[in-house]
Amino acid sequence: MQRLGNFKLPQFFNFPPFFTLQPVKETREKQVQVWKQLLLDYCRSQKIFVIGLEEDFPLFSNPVIERSLSHEAREVFLSALISEGHAEWMDKDHRKCLMLWLRLQEWADYILNFVKDNGLQDGVMTIEEMRSGTETHGTELAGIDRGLLLRVLRLLEQKGKATIFKGTSADDDGVKFSV
Amino acid sequence: MAANWLPPVSLTASGRPVFLPGEVERCLLPAVDLESENPGLAPFRSGLLVLTSHRLLWIDEQSAAGFAAPLAAVVHAYPPKKSIRSMFASPRIRVQVSVSPDGRIVEDGVRSEVITVVMRGKNDPDAFYCRLLEVLRSRQWEAAVVAEKRNTDSGIAEPPMAAAARVRMPVVGVSGILRKEQELWESTDKSLQEAFQDLNALMSKAKDMVQLAEKMRLKLLSSSSASSNADDEEMGSKQEMQDWLLSVGIVSPVTKESAGALYHQQLSRELADFVKLPLERAGGMIALVDVYCLFNRARGTALISPDDLLQACTLWEKFDVPVMLRKFDSGVMVIQSKARRDEEVFARIASLAQKPDALRTGISPSDAALTLGIAPALAKEHLLTAESKGLLCRDVSPDGFRFFINLFTEIDPSDIYMIKNNGPAHVWSSALSLSG
Repeated sequence: MQRLGNFKLPQFFNFPPFFTLQPVKETREKQVQVWKQLLLDYCRSQKIFVIGLEEDFPLFSNPVIERSLSHEAREVFLSALISEGHAEWMDKDHRKCLMLWLRLQEWADYILNFVKDNGLQDGVMTIEEMRSGTETHGTELAGIDRGLLLRVLRLLEQKGKATIFKGTSADDDGVKFSV
Repeated sequence: MAANWLPPVSLTASGRPVFLPGEVERCLLPAVDLESENPGLAPFRSGLLVLTSHRLLWIDEQSAAGFAAPLAAVVHAYPPKKSIRSMFASPRIRVQVSVSPDGRIVEDGVRSEVITVVMRGKNDPDAFYCRLLEVLRSRQWEAAVVAEKRNTDSGIAEPPMAAAARVRMPVVGVSGILRKEQELWESTDKSLQEAFQDLNALMSKAKDMVQLAEKMRLKLLSSSSASSNADDEEMGSKQEMQDWLLSVGIVSPVTKESAGALYHQQLSRELADFVKLPLERAGGMIALVDVYCLFNRARGTALISPDDLLQACTLWEKFDVPVMLRKFDSGVMVIQSKARRDEEVFARIASLAQKPDALRTGISPSDAALTLGIAPALAKEHLLTAESKGLLCRDVSPDGFRFFINLFTEIDPSDIYMIKNNGPAHVWSSALSLSG
């Protein structure tokens, strides 16, 4: 079985037509579905939050069969994710894409559940602790993109579920949950 | 009573005209009147008309008087009129001559008058007219002038007979050749002018014909839509009329409503018969352009136009023939054997696409062409159609354009790692692992 790092690739990754944007409607729909799944799974497992469209993103090419996705194909697959809320363009030139294998709201719910499950309400956590602390080790939160985390926390703040504190430095920024 | 608006001519003792040096008699017509358009000038009545190479002579044998008009003064000779009236009247040939201010007929006169040659006797006006034109064309009076000039220049006083003899054969020396060339050009020019006059006449007739044909066409059109109880005879003659129109190049107006003009029907059947053998050889499908070439080559003469071919093919829909015309999305048109339906072709493509090599590297249009026994362009059309039906999928790379069996259908989006057993995906997967 082929791997990209520690990620197991499906066999279809070696199917050359996989890397050609299919013109026939039904075939393309299938192709888009598969690529969406693949992209999300890969990014989730590798904790990749940002994909640069013009960069050598490993999933976009298969050197074994000497094929890689065209720019158009990449845009098509990512746009499909974006329309589902599973990704966002980070710039208007569509060069960088934020991957959201959990949608923003799903992230918010995840954090709240995490807080409840670990009895962390009423306490204050720093942003950094959330990202790399022992409590979040092994969870989705470990290694989360800082910018993304802040966005989710602000979302929670708007709903009155959290309060963000600005610390003396970025490392000290904290949040208090009121679940 | 002769008027003297024509210069006199000396006659010999026996009443024959005295000819100029080099002048040759060309035509004699008895009982001819010469009339001038000028009513003040009395006509010459019933004399002998002598056409020579130099002049038009009129001789009254009774009074032994002769008169001449130099041909050099002739501007134009009108052909004899052909009309109902002229059939019963004496033929007339009108000749336009240039005149001096005081009415004498001279070459290069300032104005012109028309003299009418009225043939009272039993004469053929056309023959005379032809002769007159020939004489006018050859302009032999000019040759005489040049020869005389040459004589005086060189200072040799040649006896008139010798000079005349020499002039009779103007084709000597370079000047003779040049002169002959000049005569040729002038005669060609004149005949071209006449031809164009004829052409104009023809063109106006052609216009009439086209108008007539249009009227007929409209009549056919109106009557065909109006009448529903036309009997056979009427239909037969209508059919004939359509065929005539078609042979003149006018498309039958009832083509769309009925089964088309008889010509196209017959052609259509002939084509269906002809195309059977080539179709078999070509694997059930031939490009229309190829059929056009084959069919015309077989016909030898009586070639058909591309439009005729297309018409003939479209008529197949109305008949029960085992062939059909098919147009691909790309615009390519082929003739296809109905027996060799798409399903059969797709089955062959599918089996080709699932061979071990094809599973790994796919099939190109030329691979398919080889296997299917058809031209690569047609093979590509088949592959594209198979793709559009979901049978194949494409692989575009720097290596080229290739088609694979469509495994996307085999993928379960909820589990993209799973490969169904006993499916083409499984076969593919095994083929892959075998090759390493």
